[in-house]
Amino acid sequence: MTLVADKSSADLAAEFGLKPDEYALILERLGREPNLVELGVFSVMWSEHCSYKSSRAHLRKLPVTGPRVIQGPGENAGVVDIGDGPDGQKMACVFKMESHNHPSYIEPYQGAATGVGGIMRDVFTMGARPVALLNALRFGDPSHPKTRRLVAGVVAGIGGYGNCVGVPTVGGETQFHKGYDGNILVNAMCVGLADADKIFYSAAPGPGLPVVYFGSKTGRDGIHGATMASAEFDEASDEKRPTVQVGDPFAEKLLIEATLELMASGAVEAIQDMGAAGLTSSSVEMAGKGGVGIELDLDKVPQREEGMSAYEMMLSESQERMLAILKPGREPDAHRIFDKWGLDASVIGATTTTGRIVLKHHGAVVCDLPLAPLSDDAPLYHRPYVRPQPDKRIDPGQVPAPKDWRAAVLKLMSCPDMASKRWVWEQYDRHVMADTVADSSTGSDAGMVRVHGTKKALAVTSDCTPRYVQADPFEGGKQAVAEAWRNLIASGADPIAVTDNLNFGNPERPEIMGQIVCAIEGMAEACTALDFPVVSGNVSLYNETNGQAIPPTPTIGAVGLVPDYDLRMGYASMRSGDVLVLIGETHGELGASLYRREMFGLEDGAPPPVHLKAERKNGDFVLSLIRGRKVGAVHDLSDGGLVCAAAEMALASHVGVALTATSEHNAVPYLFGEDQGRYLVAAKDPDAILSAAKQAGVHAIVCGEAYGDVFASRDLFSIPLSELRAANEGWLPGYMG
Amino acid sequence: MKAAVVVFPGSNCDRDCKVAVERATGSAVDMVWHGEAALPDRVDLIVLPGGFSYGDYLRCGSMAALSPIMGAVKEAADRGVAVLGICNGFQILCEAHMLPGAMLRNTGLKYICKPIELEVTNAQTRFTAAYGGKRTVRYTQGNADGNYQARPDELDRLEGEGQVVFRYVDNPNGSARDIAGIVNGRGNVLGLMPHPDRAFEPELGSADGADLFRSALASA
Repeated sequence: MTLVADKSSADLAAEFGLKPDEYALILERLGREPNLVELGVFSVMWSEHCSYKSSRAHLRKLPVTGPRVIQGPGENAGVVDIGDGPDGQKMACVFKMESHNHPSYIEPYQGAATGVGGIMRDVFTMGARPVALLNALRFGDPSHPKTRRLVAGVVAGIGGYGNCVGVPTVGGETQFHKGYDGNILVNAMCVGLADADKIFYSAAPGPGLPVVYFGSKTGRDGIHGATMASAEFDEASDEKRPTVQVGDPFAEKLLIEATLELMASGAVEAIQDMGAAGLTSSSVEMAGKGGVGIELDLDKVPQREEGMSAYEMMLSESQERMLAILKPGREPDAHRIFDKWGLDASVIGATTTTGRIVLKHHGAVVCDLPLAPLSDDAPLYHRPYVRPQPDKRIDPGQVPAPKDWRAAVLKLMSCPDMASKRWVWEQYDRHVMADTVADSSTGSDAGMVRVHGTKKALAVTSDCTPRYVQADPFEGGKQAVAEAWRNLIASGADPIAVTDNLNFGNPERPEIMGQIVCAIEGMAEACTALDFPVVSGNVSLYNETNGQAIPPTPTIGAVGLVPDYDLRMGYASMRSGDVLVLIGETHGELGASLYRREMFGLEDGAPPPVHLKAERKNGDFVLSLIRGRKVGAVHDLSDGGLVCAAAEMALASHVGVALTATSEHNAVPYLFGEDQGRYLVAAKDPDAILSAAKQAGVHAIVCGEAYGDVFASRDLFSIPLSELRAANEGWLPGYMG
Repeated sequence: MKAAVVVFPGSNCDRDCKVAVERATGSAVDMVWHGEAALPDRVDLIVLPGGFSYGDYLRCGSMAALSPIMGAVKEAADRGVAVLGICNGFQILCEAHMLPGAMLRNTGLKYICKPIELEVTNAQTRFTAAYGGKRTVRYTQGNADGNYQARPDELDRLEGEGQVVFRYVDNPNGSARDIAGIVNGRGNVLGLMPHPDRAFEPELGSADGADLFRSALASA
């Protein structure tokens, strides 16, 4: 970025993404005009990305506490209690999901790679070793000219980074919709393990402590990335490529090991990674949260390039960098560790008593700002919003049956959203760390990694059905939470907590703000009813190109605990002779369904309502079946309803399924309805399931049998598994070429 | 019986190898830093683990082949100590000329992670003796540069002298003659692309890898 000396401070403020009233507020808080460095600091700290200024007021509606919650939102990642570890110590799971949407659209490989790197740093900054990665990807329509290149780049970037660092990528989702043509979503989640009494936080504990920088050198990459991530796109967005950071996974690997070793040495008082807004946000947050001040000498910052200005150093988003506050006198210990791992490191300043951030460069003070207005006291907006009018319910009797059932089933199972994503996840190392017991390839509703050295396992999933949120943000928000909860149940886990990644358009438009508010309220209701608190999250707004917003996409990442991984469950373990029992009531909800979209190109209609009491009751019942070893396989029902769930079980288990639906009644709502709170279980003794269900007050019916090598339903359709598999596996590799 | 796992800064299967050896054999495992010039005393098996040694931005394993510890590894191999290079470890053994041939990018030009069937083509080696009559094993693989190539006469020699120890049942990456693992002429240095260290317990999808570690240490 060229800095033009003759521009007025107000013009520059606008260029940096600050609104006129925000600039006026800066003048008021300072009582003077800010200089260039100070303006840069303000603009990134007050960006939507860093300040959550549009969403903060509504995020407060989410439940954030619970018996297992050690740390809720507000730190680098959430922390939950998972009980005893291998040596009897108390252990915690640390996790968060974060978006890297804008950079990934501009530069898919590096954008996605640094998204993975960033979310890992959030987790190990808390003292946890990363043990699992997931990513929720949403691309534009496959026919859009940019889509193929974006898929290839994003997947290669995720793999290129995660594989090298050595953390398994065990789950996620990949979807396609024209609503993301101009603005893809790359949401990455990282899960880590730590000792519960050795969690590290960012608040500086007091003044007079050394501030050490370590990791990669600072360069001119990613300058103003946070500001870019807080703006809409237009045709000129490709010009923003220089604001995308470049990742170095080897440096990240060194940083993980050095950070964990430094923490174990006892030298660390507080620590913060340099993510969005780099040195600015890390120093401001550490000092601000600690209620102290901070003074940095920028001449001491390790620099990759010569002649970097203070402005460039403070705004750079060079990757793989950390800032730590050390116990006094422990600098030599720290340097020994940095030397071992070959990392650049330098004590660049100290905490102070002033409550101000003071930066020196070439002996002169180049920035002197009070901390309060930068963090706690950043603008908070109650933006005007209109609650969207939810779509009306679709009468199931009015939805036409397919002319050709066989073709319809094949079409659904090979549509871009349902087709196998093998092409994607075979590029991710899913097995490194040798604790993966379920992943994208194993036929499980959740990925699963063992808690190293114990019989416990963490189950992890990410979910959202944007077409539901589009049709009714409140129900869609509920549904995203409920589906994540259901996936954990179906894998045999006790659901613990949630991280949310809210991707929306421009919050300054009341209808978009309405989507945000309603989705959050729906999520809050579901999280409360399911005792599923939100412990961390990220908000990504301004996902628009030329005024066209993405479908509202509140991605939910969730973690559950399996007390004994021998009790884990999946849907690849159905055996010939098993009877299929459908748990949960079916009314035939076809609004915003995959069936109507794929068959008729219709996306409207009320999404399936989530009845949270039934959701809870059905889920608790299914978990009791799993724990009682009464079922051989379990799959939740979601996109495409009963047909798609049964087909996926048949494919994963390599055994045919005969469903009992016939043409004698309207089978469409029954087979394709997307009613919530439902599971398909395979059991040798269905009567035991049915009577247990009756006792529990849970709706359950026999809906089919497993045998042979054909997927069929009476007189409706009959498809050899090999043909179904070819359709399901063929689409993505065919598309990618 | 004692094993040592070499840790390069970018190794990411070092712990996996340690745990696999411990659980499969009960033997103690020392971790040896790449900057060391010597190995611990009386080591019976040295494992070069998977990962990205020094980032592998140059050819995979090329920098690691020149690291201080590799001098000691070569010396130990010359004394007859068993050396097992898995994935990046195999790449390093090739780059260090402890095994013939080289790795190219997979023919599909992509990283491939999947469970994989291997034919045990030589069950007489000190690494495969425990497989006995078992002809097929299942490990997992995870690499982008696992396409093994050597000169045709070299490949003929490897095959003729029983140095091809594992072959892919369904070649995933274009490796010459489906080769997945080879030993040196003396039979004490094995390079193997797929990971026995991720297949040593049934819940990992396969426990077939455990016998490889058992063989390697039993033979010492």
